[in-house]
Amino acid sequence: MDIHEYQAKELLARHGVHVPRGGLAYSPEQATYRAREIGGGKWVLKAQVHSGARGKAGGIKLCTNDEEISSAAEAMLGRKLVTQQTGPRGKLISRLYLEEAVDIAQELYLGFVLDRKEERVMIVASAAGGMEIEDISEKKPDSIIRATVDPGVGMQRFQAREIAFGLGLEDSLIGKATETIFSCYQVFRDYDASMLEINPLVVTRDGNLVALDAKMSFDENALFRRPEISELRDKSQEDPRETFASDRGLSYVGLDGNIGCIINGAGLAMATMDMIKIAGGEPANFLDIGGGASPERVAKSFRAVLGDKNVETILVNIFAGINRCDWVAEGVVKAIREVGVTVPLVVRLSGTKAEEGRRILADSGEAVIVADTLAEAAEKAVAAWRAANKKKAA
Amino acid sequence: MAILLNRSTRVIVQGFTGKIGSFHAEDMKRYGTKLVGGVTPGKGGQAHLGLPVFNTVKGAVRETRAEASIVFVPPPFAADSIMEAADAGIKLCVCITDGIPSQDMMQVKRYMRRYRFEDRMRLVGPNCAGIITPGQALMGIMPGSIYLPGRIGIVGRSGTLGYEAASQMKALGIGVSTSVGIGGDPINGSSFKDILRLFEQDDETDAVVMIGEIGGPQEAEAAIWARDNMRKPLIAYIAGLSAPKGRRMGHAGAIISAFGESAQEKVEILKEAGVVIVPTPSSFGEVVADTLARIKKAA
Repeated sequence: MDIHEYQAKELLARHGVHVPRGGLAYSPEQATYRAREIGGGKWVLKAQVHSGARGKAGGIKLCTNDEEISSAAEAMLGRKLVTQQTGPRGKLISRLYLEEAVDIAQELYLGFVLDRKEERVMIVASAAGGMEIEDISEKKPDSIIRATVDPGVGMQRFQAREIAFGLGLEDSLIGKATETIFSCYQVFRDYDASMLEINPLVVTRDGNLVALDAKMSFDENALFRRPEISELRDKSQEDPRETFASDRGLSYVGLDGNIGCIINGAGLAMATMDMIKIAGGEPANFLDIGGGASPERVAKSFRAVLGDKNVETILVNIFAGINRCDWVAEGVVKAIREVGVTVPLVVRLSGTKAEEGRRILADSGEAVIVADTLAEAAEKAVAAWRAANKKKAA
Repeated sequence: MAILLNRSTRVIVQGFTGKIGSFHAEDMKRYGTKLVGGVTPGKGGQAHLGLPVFNTVKGAVRETRAEASIVFVPPPFAADSIMEAADAGIKLCVCITDGIPSQDMMQVKRYMRRYRFEDRMRLVGPNCAGIITPGQALMGIMPGSIYLPGRIGIVGRSGTLGYEAASQMKALGIGVSTSVGIGGDPINGSSFKDILRLFEQDDETDAVVMIGEIGGPQEAEAAIWARDNMRKPLIAYIAGLSAPKGRRMGHAGAIISAFGESAQEKVEILKEAGVVIVPTPSSFGEVVADTLARIKKAA
């Protein structure tokens, strides 16, 4: 789960990391009011969306007076910001963050990630901040410092100190940098973060170390014990199709194709999407109904998939182990009758109670295209989708 | 004995008396697994499904001489249960639980290192379908009927995709020595490489099918290891050709976040290492059959 920059900064500031003075605004008036509160004569107005690369997309503006703040806020609010990371749909700007501008002497990079190879938290730092870490590793690979934390004892101060010296900072800043790195690690650990990135971490002209930007993601499996983090979720930043599904306990990822997928198991779901692609179609979504799915749950899945107006065919592919094909079939029939399925529907049932499931579909008298194998299911779905489109065109 | 599990492996269930634990315990017993008891703290001394319940894993090991444990404990408590098993002298632990926090798993992995390698418990999972040695024993949640006993090893992240592979093979009369689900989490007990190493040493396995997916370095590491150390044919499929970068596809670990983690890139790395690629998820059966025919011809 991602959070906004201002939320990450609040969290970090509470644990001793220096951040610029700033305030949140939902309107142009509020933004100019925040400028009075902060004081000074130079501010940065930043669109709060769950994405990096906001500057290039017009989501960050330097302002020197009320009119500039007001017109920049007007231009941003309610608009969708399309960055290199958001995809063409973009992300809605409904919150702005106004900050005092900082006099920058040097830009550094500081990041914390879960390293899957080492199976530990890894700290990544570089004196070449301000650009994306991918660019740093391409253009200045030698500038990158890495260290991993032993989960048994946690990060040690010497590790933070080594990084501070490794960044080539002046002696007067070593203490501050050590504290900053150490505090960031504590926030990462104490809140079950999966990613924390401060880019840039800046050395100011008056000799301070300040987090100018902050990006954080959290381990969704740990949210049960981090209620204060769960509260920071901003549904306006999510694909509405995904919000609908996740509110109903379904694992769903929205994509751009036309063939809606209802599958059990993440691996089989990905493989079925691959098969659709190989057969010449494009999947509209990833959806895993999970284990032991009831007819109600299957019907809910249809609602989630049909909530996407681009869906022109549905493919249900179930290989039941702990699921039951008879329940799935009942769910399919229930969905056709209660949700209303007007697009072609292809169903493949395999594994536990598959015979019973097929019988339920046949006895229902509903228009369901049945397939026996994965390949047949994908081919029939793509064929049905093509035929439906032809009919529409004619 | 195939690998890891056979009909004489003495198994206990952690989270025995819960709904999910009970359901699968019965299923495993029916399949032929030598189930000797279970653990639910606070219910020690009772009987459940005709087997003794213990308060602690140590107690269960003492009384039943259990060597293996399967964990159905809910996510907030699962890491603790795994460590309890490791400390009680369990040799093989399969954790089915989905949703364990990453930091908990980091601690589990660190904790297990306190034991000498020879004494260290082998963990399979979490978030996996478990292990089946067809015709002998089941320590997992897979439907036993889709596996034919035979001489092909299967190791995969996904449960259902593993079923797909096994059933395609069965349709062509090809059986399985052991199938191991290593799970879909970013940090897991056994890696692909760990399991390949066991299959390579197993006299009852002729070839191995590896079912990988997007995210993480394990498929590539396994391929490099196989290139340098494996004599048996390795056949692989990578799921997620149509998965976009940076999106989590169901499994906590199925996310492309670094170079080399997409399905296309992994397939390239595997090909270069000499791994036989299964081009589509509907051709597991054919590719395995072709590979077996080729070995036969060469022999």
